[in-house]
Amino acid sequence: MDLAKVDRIVDKYQGSPAALLPILQDIQAQENWLPREALQRVADKLQVPLTRVYGMATFFRAFSLKPRGKHICTVCMGTACHVRGAPKLVEKIERDMKIRAGETTPDLEFTLETVNCVGACALGPLVILDGTYHGNITSAKLDKVLKGIGRTK
Amino acid sequence: MRARLTSPQALEKLRAEIAGRRDPEKPVLSICAGTGCVAYGSLKLADAVREEVEKRGLGDKLEVRINGCHGFCERGPLVLCHPHGFFYQRVQPSDVGEILEQSILAGQPIERLQYVDPVTGARAVKQQDVGFYKHQMRVLLEYNGWIDPTSIEDYIAVGGYAALAKALSTMKPEEVLDAIYKSGLRGRGGGGFPAGVKWKECRNAPAPDGVRYIIANGDEGDPGAFMDRSLMEGNPHLVIEGMILGAYAIAHPGHPVGYIYVRNEYPLAVERLGLALEKARELGLLGEKILGTDFGFDIQINRGGGAFVCGESTALMASIEGFVGEPRAKHIHTVVQGLYNKPTNLNNVETWANVPLILTRGVDWFTSIGTGDVSKDPWGGSKGTKIFALVGKVNNTGLVEVPMGKTLREIIFDIGGGIRDGRQFKAVQTGGPSGGCLPASHLDMPVDFDRLTEAGSMMGSGGMIVMDDSTCMVDVARYFLHFLADESCGKCVTCREGLKHLCKIVDRICAGQGREGDLELLDEISLTVEKASLCALGQTAPNPLRSTMRYFRDEYVAHIRDHKCPAKVCKALITFGINDKCTGCMVCARNCPTGAITGERKKLHVIDQSKCIRCGVCQEVCKFDAVDVA
Amino acid sequence: MSEQHPFGAPVTFRIGGRPYEGTYGDSLLETLHRYGYEVPSLCHHEAVSAYGACRLCLVEVVDKRGRHKITTSCNFPVQAGIDVLLDTPDVVRHRRVVLELLLAMAPRSPELRALAAEHDVPGGRLEPDESAEDCILCGLCERVCREVVGANAIAMSARGTAKRMTTPYDAENPACIACGACVYVCPTRCIGLEEADGKRTILRWGRTLPLAVCQQTGRAFTPQFLLEHYAKKLGGLDEKVFRKAPPYR
Repeated sequence: MDLAKVDRIVDKYQGSPAALLPILQDIQAQENWLPREALQRVADKLQVPLTRVYGMATFFRAFSLKPRGKHICTVCMGTACHVRGAPKLVEKIERDMKIRAGETTPDLEFTLETVNCVGACALGPLVILDGTYHGNITSAKLDKVLKGIGRTK
Repeated sequence: MRARLTSPQALEKLRAEIAGRRDPEKPVLSICAGTGCVAYGSLKLADAVREEVEKRGLGDKLEVRINGCHGFCERGPLVLCHPHGFFYQRVQPSDVGEILEQSILAGQPIERLQYVDPVTGARAVKQQDVGFYKHQMRVLLEYNGWIDPTSIEDYIAVGGYAALAKALSTMKPEEVLDAIYKSGLRGRGGGGFPAGVKWKECRNAPAPDGVRYIIANGDEGDPGAFMDRSLMEGNPHLVIEGMILGAYAIAHPGHPVGYIYVRNEYPLAVERLGLALEKARELGLLGEKILGTDFGFDIQINRGGGAFVCGESTALMASIEGFVGEPRAKHIHTVVQGLYNKPTNLNNVETWANVPLILTRGVDWFTSIGTGDVSKDPWGGSKGTKIFALVGKVNNTGLVEVPMGKTLREIIFDIGGGIRDGRQFKAVQTGGPSGGCLPASHLDMPVDFDRLTEAGSMMGSGGMIVMDDSTCMVDVARYFLHFLADESCGKCVTCREGLKHLCKIVDRICAGQGREGDLELLDEISLTVEKASLCALGQTAPNPLRSTMRYFRDEYVAHIRDHKCPAKVCKALITFGINDKCTGCMVCARNCPTGAITGERKKLHVIDQSKCIRCGVCQEVCKFDAVDVA
Repeated sequence: MSEQHPFGAPVTFRIGGRPYEGTYGDSLLETLHRYGYEVPSLCHHEAVSAYGACRLCLVEVVDKRGRHKITTSCNFPVQAGIDVLLDTPDVVRHRRVVLELLLAMAPRSPELRALAAEHDVPGGRLEPDESAEDCILCGLCERVCREVVGANAIAMSARGTAKRMTTPYDAENPACIACGACVYVCPTRCIGLEEADGKRTILRWGRTLPLAVCQQTGRAFTPQFLLEHYAKKLGGLDEKVFRKAPPYR
């Protein structure tokens, strides 16, 4: 990635190490993942060890150290969704896309992620595809939703 | 940009001015834009409304207001038509024309958009006619369906910041603190620690440079809970006003510094709070010399990074300081040494939202609601209301605000409308991963902090997940154990390794490989996890397991001894079969991902058990109820 | 906390009912050790800050109001009026489970096996870790590297059951000076150090650095990189100092 972008983000927070979390969030928002050279640059600019930046980037679920797909499909694994069958949805997508939750297809088109509740429990089970919420999902509905981005089994 | 208000009187003048400009008879169309309704398409609905209003040139005839969450997520998108108060549900863009014509211009209700009680068949004209709302006591959520959360004027119009004006003009900080102490307000984030006690300890802690941190915990991580989110999104100023009052009571004169820590998954809450803070600053309700007094305070927003453990206060503070969210031992309390080792008062979002109400309506009003007696001891009862997220296998999913002390039965059956699909109630899970599962025998238990804890569960932040007879309680325990093993910070052995082994043991029980002695081993490890873990996450982590073992032991025994899952959930213990209702339509065979189903058209199909992966797709697609699980 | 003393003030407290003098805020574990009490512990070292990870140093503390609680002693501040009970039935019971959990992480570690035997830990109930790297995630290596050495070469990555001690991206970290402090403090000896052919390798971190040869004895004594690191860090010293092993300087 363009390291000047990293510099701008760090400068926005006056180079304060306390802002490490928001800095990484901003980079992730811009790049969709955290490239290695970006983490090194953050460490250098903030004058903190890379170990601290790396620890932070691997601790929080919001961050990905690998490039993510063009389309991101998130299955809510909150309790309400769980009792309404969310695990079956994850298994189905894993089966159809031949990836595990947390992984991206080799063509970098599709990433499957899970989240521990987004607080839209009335709609459970719930799938979020590229930011759009799809509620009360069944396996048939899921096929339809995924067809929308040209992905079917 | 509006000029800063330089005195409490100026705020009251502004309030009168806003009221003078508003015609109470002017129709208002309120559209719920909480997360549930948005997912049902309420933003498209709002666009359609705006378009139609413009097309018909109705711009000055009515006001269109986009609100935060109205609560009844089950029936979204929701619309309210004032001044008549018509309540409409499942509203589509195609309904807009009729609503404008009939309900706004002609003042007539539209029957087909009304809510019909599934049991009595009665139509609800207004919100209050709906069983879901009728049995609630909406105090914190009162204005969620009325105000536009992006408008500070809307908040001021309904009495917003009056508590602050009153406090700054007539009360000393100690008097504000004393009111909260006497109200018996207990922390809504989980443990139910009395806010007044915490505030007092924080105020009394030495702070040589005068800095005391005031934090709102909006890292609502409990799965199945979204009440803090609805407050932050639907009425952000209520939370902010509570914090300003807290800062005054705890740290004035001095240098209070505020933070709101919002969950990563709540981008809309961040946006709404950000906007609200900006507007409050513009009006001089935040910043230096608030309302012209010598009291100053400001708040910044921190976003979480997606870690449940950051709901724990010391982990949250570590994260604000720019470190990973690892909790530390609280032998020295955070009110003495918290953020950056300075006195820090952290309360949950809902706790803060109660503060302005206590000051405007009075301590007596607050203590008249709820259970117990707090006049001598703030631990003596549970006062005020509590918002619950009522979800799971219940008919009316949504946000429910009730006085403390309502029974589980009233909440689940009167408000929640009972169990979906005519099934049987089995358990209700409260308190999220720190809480437990309570069985039917506890339905008449009044819900308050102490009763829930006695029963082996917890208030937690207020998630209430209803489970029916198709829910396997061993599987539920397994779900929470895996959740916690994943969300544990991993610092201490008992939590990290203890949970890992609890997971392994429960996994094997669910896989039909449970052993004699497993229940005793689970007991022994979970007790140590509870007693010897470093933070509250670990100390409460065994609760879902222990409560299900306590109330649903027979299900564990069935898994271990008989290799049976009575609820027919655990895959290794069930088989799918096709009964003679099968019409040979071939839908299941076409949808089976492993090709395990064979059969000719119009003939009974058969499942090859060696190929079946028990994904349940056949059962889901069968229209004839011909797939059995045994 | 209604404690009236400032940190560092002398206080009286009790151990098993007997009165002792202590300093408010000091580590209880260190104080117990100082008075000759034996409390097992794996993640604590006086040279670094208390962390509270291994949960072995459990004690039962009775506060002034008579309430009992189980706590680790390493990160518990000594305070006035408490009574510290060692080896109560609860302490023994929980410590045993803690040791059982630790042993499952490092089943080959002689140190842990000895401790487990000493505390009558039942065997065979828990499935030992498949990958068994013998690391118990006590974090001592990371704290020594950060707080004492100042090299900041070791990271804690991920969280929960996925947590690991590692270097960023599991790669050789140029920040590592191969001083071996982490090897020295590791309670399960799972880091490993090897010296051969004039090079030192920290096995777990995959860091290999050439050793400097002592001008006095002609023997390799410490990584050249480490000498340069300290020469730079200390500054102003005659660089000749570092050409010889410490006893000959």
